[in-house]
Amino acid sequence: MARYILRRLFWMIPIILGVSLLVFTLMYFCPGDPARIILGQGATQAEIESLRETMGLNKGFFPRLGEFLVNTFIRFDLGSSYISKAPIVTEIAARLPQTLIIATLFMLTGVIVGVPLGIAAAVKQDSIVDRICMVIAMLGASVPNFWLALLLVLLFAVNLGWLPAMGMGGIEYYILPTLAGAMGCIAVQARQSRSSMLEVIRSDYVTTARSKGVSMRNIIFKHELPNALIPVITCAGNDFGNSLGGALIIEQIFAITGMGQYMVQAVFNRDYPVIQASAIFLAIAFSLIMLVIDLLYAFVDPRIKAQYEGKPLFKRSGKKVTA
Amino acid sequence: MEQKQAPFLEVKDLAVEYSSDGKAVHAVNGISLTLEKGKTIGLVGETGAGKTSIAKSILQILPDRSARITAGTVKLEGQNLLDLTEKDMREIRGKRISMIFQDPMTALNPTMRVGQQIAEVVALHNSCTKAEAEERAKKMLEMVGIPRDRFREYPHQFSGGMKQRVVIAIALACEPDLLLADEPTTALDVTIQAQVLKLISDLKEKNNTSMILITHDLGVVAETCDEVAIVYAGQIMETGTREQIFDHPTHPYTIGLFGAIPDMNEDEEWLHPIDGMLPDPTDLPPGCPFAPRCPYATHKCESAVDFTMTPDGHACRCCNLERAEG
Repeated sequence: MARYILRRLFWMIPIILGVSLLVFTLMYFCPGDPARIILGQGATQAEIESLRETMGLNKGFFPRLGEFLVNTFIRFDLGSSYISKAPIVTEIAARLPQTLIIATLFMLTGVIVGVPLGIAAAVKQDSIVDRICMVIAMLGASVPNFWLALLLVLLFAVNLGWLPAMGMGGIEYYILPTLAGAMGCIAVQARQSRSSMLEVIRSDYVTTARSKGVSMRNIIFKHELPNALIPVITCAGNDFGNSLGGALIIEQIFAITGMGQYMVQAVFNRDYPVIQASAIFLAIAFSLIMLVIDLLYAFVDPRIKAQYEGKPLFKRSGKKVTA
Repeated sequence: MEQKQAPFLEVKDLAVEYSSDGKAVHAVNGISLTLEKGKTIGLVGETGAGKTSIAKSILQILPDRSARITAGTVKLEGQNLLDLTEKDMREIRGKRISMIFQDPMTALNPTMRVGQQIAEVVALHNSCTKAEAEERAKKMLEMVGIPRDRFREYPHQFSGGMKQRVVIAIALACEPDLLLADEPTTALDVTIQAQVLKLISDLKEKNNTSMILITHDLGVVAETCDEVAIVYAGQIMETGTREQIFDHPTHPYTIGLFGAIPDMNEDEEWLHPIDGMLPDPTDLPPGCPFAPRCPYATHKCESAVDFTMTPDGHACRCCNLERAEG
C-alpha cells in the first residue's frame, strides 16, 4: 500500500509540470498586455514599452518559460502579483483554506444529505418515498445556484435575520453558501447512490444475506451499502474537484475571499504569476484529493486493494523494487 | 398419537407469480410435496421450470417487488410459515431452514471477509459472544475443508469450489432442520462436484437434516435422493421414491428426460433431446402443460389433468398412462 501511495506521489511531479507548462503557454498566446493594464488608459506607448522591458515581457517564449520554471521549481519562488505587488504565496495561503473549506463542505453535504436520499429511494423503489427523493434531486440539479443563493439570502439574512448575508467569520457565515452551493452535489449523489443501490439490491449475495435471516437494516448497511459506495466516492471526488475552481459564483455572492475570485481577477488583469501559481496549487490539491479517493476505494473494496498491492513502484524498471 | 403427527415439511398447492411488464408470469402452479425428517427429495426439471422459485418461496426470499406467493401453504412441523410475520420468519431463516445457492461466484458478499459471513449467521441465531461466533465459523471452515487461518480472507481470494464450500458452511453453521440445495454443483467442475455432494450428504447425515435438492442432473439424484419430484412448468408431473421413478418412469416427460441421457453401452451418434421448449409461463396451455411437446398427446390432454396412481404406486400427472408406458 505504501508503495502504491509513493508511486502516486511520484506521478504528481509530471502532472504538476504539465499543468505549469500548459498554463504558461496558454497565457503567453493569450491576447492582452499586463503592462497596459497596470498603467491604465492614459499611458503613452513609450511608458508601456519601458514597463514591458522591466517586467521582462519582451523576451521570447523560451527564455520566459525557463525563467518561470527555474523560479518556481528550483528556487520555489512564485513571485509577486503584477498588480498588488503582494507576494503570491501569502495571498494563496490566505485564500486556499477558504476554498478548501467550501469545497469540503459542498462535498460532505452532498454525501450526508444525498446518499441517504438515494438509499431511501432505492429501498422503497417506485413508492412515494422514491418519487419525493427523486423530485428533490431533480430540483437540486436544475435550480441555478446563484438564484438559490440570492433567495436564501433574501429569506434567512434579509427577512428573518438569522444568518449573515455575506462575509467571513464563524460557522454561521458558511451555512448559506453551503446550502446554495451543495444543492447540485446533493442531487448528483442522490441519483448516483440510488442507481448503484438498485444494482446491488438485486445481487445474489443480498439474497444470501436474506436467507441467513439478517434484518433489513443490517442488509442495507452491512451488505448493500458497502458494495454501492464506489460510485458515491467517485462522485464525491468530482464534487470536490469541481468546487475547487467552480465555487466562484458562490464566493462572489457571499464575498468569500477564495481561490476562484483571486484567479478570475488575475485572468482579467493578465496577472501571469498569479494565474500560474494558482493553477499549480489547484493541481496539487486536486491530485491529492484524487489520491485520497483512490485510497478510499481500496478501503471499501478489498479487490481494489489487492490490485494496488500487486503493482510495482515503477512499471518498466525491470528490477525488483523491495518495499 | 404417532400417526397423527404432522409431517416435517408439507407444501400444499403452492403458487408463485412474477409480474413482468404488466404480465403475470406463472412460475409455480400448485406444487404439493411432503418431506420427512432426515430424508432428501430431489426436484428435477429443466431450467425455468420453477424449481428455484419453490425453494425461495419456502424461505420467503423471493424478490419483494416482482414476485408474490398467490396461494398455498408451507407447513414446517404443522406451522404455516406463510402466516408468520417477517420478524418471526427471520428467526427461521438460517436457523431452521437454510439454503445453498446455485452460483458460488456471486452468492458471497465481495466486501465482507468470508469468516465474517459465516460468523454473522451464527451470531444472529445463537446468544453468543463475537469471539464464540468466530470460533464456530472457523470450525465450520475446517469442517468444509478450508484451513481456519483463511478466516480473514475475502471471497475473491477463493476458488469457485472453495466459495461453494463457504456457502455450504454458511448454510450449515446453525445446524438447520431443512436444507434447500439449489443446484449446489452446477457451477462447479466435475471433480469438485463429487466432493461437494459428498460433503453435503455427510454433514446432512450427521445432523439428520432433511433436504430439498434442486437439480437437473439425474445422476446426482440417483446418488443422493430418497424421493424424486419431476417439475415441469411449475407443476409436479411425477413423484415417487427414487426406485419408482428410476425403474418405472411413467410420465412422457420423465421418459424424455431419461431418454436424453446417452446410453454408454450402445453406439449412439446423436443425443435424444425432448423436442420443443417449455411453454411460455405468461400463457400456459389450459390442460397438461407438456401436451404441446408430448408425442402421446390426445384431445383429453386439453383439459386439466390430475394425478393418477401408477401400478407401482407412485403419482403421475398424465391422462394417457397406458400409452405412455408402452
